[in-house]
Amino acid sequence: MDRTRPAPSTRDQSPPQGRAADRATRRPESGERIIEALLLLAALSSVGITLGIVGVLLYESAVFFRQVSPLDFLTDTQWTPLFADAHYGILPLLAGTLTTTAVALALALPVGTITAVFLSEYASARVRETVKPFLELLTSVPTVIFGYFALLVVTPWLQHLWPALPGFNMLSAGLVIGVMIIPYISSVSEDALHAVPAHIREGSLAMGATRMQTAVRVVVPSAVSGMAAAYVLGISRAVGETMVVAIAAGMQPTLTWNPLEPAATVTAYIVQVSLGDLPHGSIGYQTIFVAGFTLFVVTFLFNVAGYLLRTRYHRKY
Amino acid sequence: MTTASVPPAKAEIRNLSFSFGRTEVLKSVSMPIADRRVTALIGPSGCGKTTFLRCLNRMQDLHPDVRYTGEIILHPEQINIIDPAIDPIEVRMRVGMVFQKPNPFPKSIFENVVYGLRIRGIRDRATLDERAVQALQEAALWEEVKDRLREPATSLSGGQQQRLCIARALATKPEMILFDEPTSALDPVATAKIEELMTSLKNEVTIVIVTHNMQQAARVSDYTAFMFLGTLVEFDRTDTIFTNPSSSLTEEYVTGRFG
Repeated sequence: MDRTRPAPSTRDQSPPQGRAADRATRRPESGERIIEALLLLAALSSVGITLGIVGVLLYESAVFFRQVSPLDFLTDTQWTPLFADAHYGILPLLAGTLTTTAVALALALPVGTITAVFLSEYASARVRETVKPFLELLTSVPTVIFGYFALLVVTPWLQHLWPALPGFNMLSAGLVIGVMIIPYISSVSEDALHAVPAHIREGSLAMGATRMQTAVRVVVPSAVSGMAAAYVLGISRAVGETMVVAIAAGMQPTLTWNPLEPAATVTAYIVQVSLGDLPHGSIGYQTIFVAGFTLFVVTFLFNVAGYLLRTRYHRKY
Repeated sequence: MTTASVPPAKAEIRNLSFSFGRTEVLKSVSMPIADRRVTALIGPSGCGKTTFLRCLNRMQDLHPDVRYTGEIILHPEQINIIDPAIDPIEVRMRVGMVFQKPNPFPKSIFENVVYGLRIRGIRDRATLDERAVQALQEAALWEEVKDRLREPATSLSGGQQQRLCIARALATKPEMILFDEPTSALDPVATAKIEELMTSLKNEVTIVIVTHNMQQAARVSDYTAFMFLGTLVEFDRTDTIFTNPSSSLTEEYVTGRFG
């Protein structure tokens, strides 16, 4: 007997209900707004912290450059800020950083890439699932252990091959940094290669390509942006690495590009000076920040280069 | 099971069984594949038609733990292509494949077409150019891409990408091309173009197509094989399969009563 009534009644009620629902989506509850604000705050905090760090580096570097001309800083070939005859040329430290990084990359880029291609394109699922965690375990070894390993194991080995090699040298430090960053490069590259859809790979194999041809000509080019990200990550780690170079490469700022010699890197200098008791506001204290700023610029440039490389490759397809 | 007599066969499948591990996916399939004709494989999902297709170019070898028994004889040399002594790469050099989803490589349109030539070691510029143009014309894509050969293949539409994949397969002059549901990701206009293309290609090359679309099988193919649960139920001329099938199962499937 009720059957006639529901139809008109729902027709009457539904418009107001619709409007109420509209209101609810347009004006969120205050709890909703608090959560949104918190999320925004969390997102902004990392931006804020980064800007804060850059700000401090810039400010303290400006104080430094009031006393030392930027031209001297970039062209002077000596770095002796704590000596009576003070020189403030960043080149020796930069050369140390770039040399150890170059040695590390000469080892890590080929080994990391080949490892990634092997794990993604050749290894069975079981081998991949076993090897990858072990590789990633390498990243959890504290870097101070790598540093002592470089000094006490790798350097003596290298001295067998090259007896004139000094106890502190950039070759040994660079090689160990290379080993240290292999997992970053291989693991991130492997993820990129593995993400290439199976039908792309099959398309190449169905043309009669070998697995090697497929990997080199189709899979790697498909994964190039992910692999560039892996390389940039590895380079940034190598440039910023501190303990290994501080322990194994020596602390003497020398302008040399020869990896067989000892030299201080930017990071090693910062460690050395930060541990001393420099008075706040002295020029020596200021050098920590200017060295830090230099390091920031170098890693930033590598990131930009990686970004440009990526967009260029994308356009080439 | 009936077996229509097929004037010159490009391939003959004899008692082909195929297993992944312990699961037998194909059970003693025997049928001919007519030379320079279109053969369609139809059947409900999971009937083994794609598995069967991928046996014809040994793509199944990419999976671990697979086993073939029986023979797939490729004419005119009468070699058994599933013989373990035969290198699967040799088979794939002769039998091309076009996939369900267009899968252009991250290269230019031109480099996609000549990919098969490059991996066969052909470097001569004139040869590459000539074969690329020819393949693109055969795939009815030349007019649309002739001014943009250096552009990325991914800039093409889905239908164009699929015709590019067909051009890529044609460039190496294969004897047989396998189409695995080539239009299932395409709109009706692009589908019509691909079907037209298959009809024009069959004078040159033997075609085997897996399709879920019964009208497509009826439109493009000369012979049709109906498969069910890993067995070949019926093989005959396409018009016979669709108008006068001998198995009631085939009739139920092609009239849409199951599947």
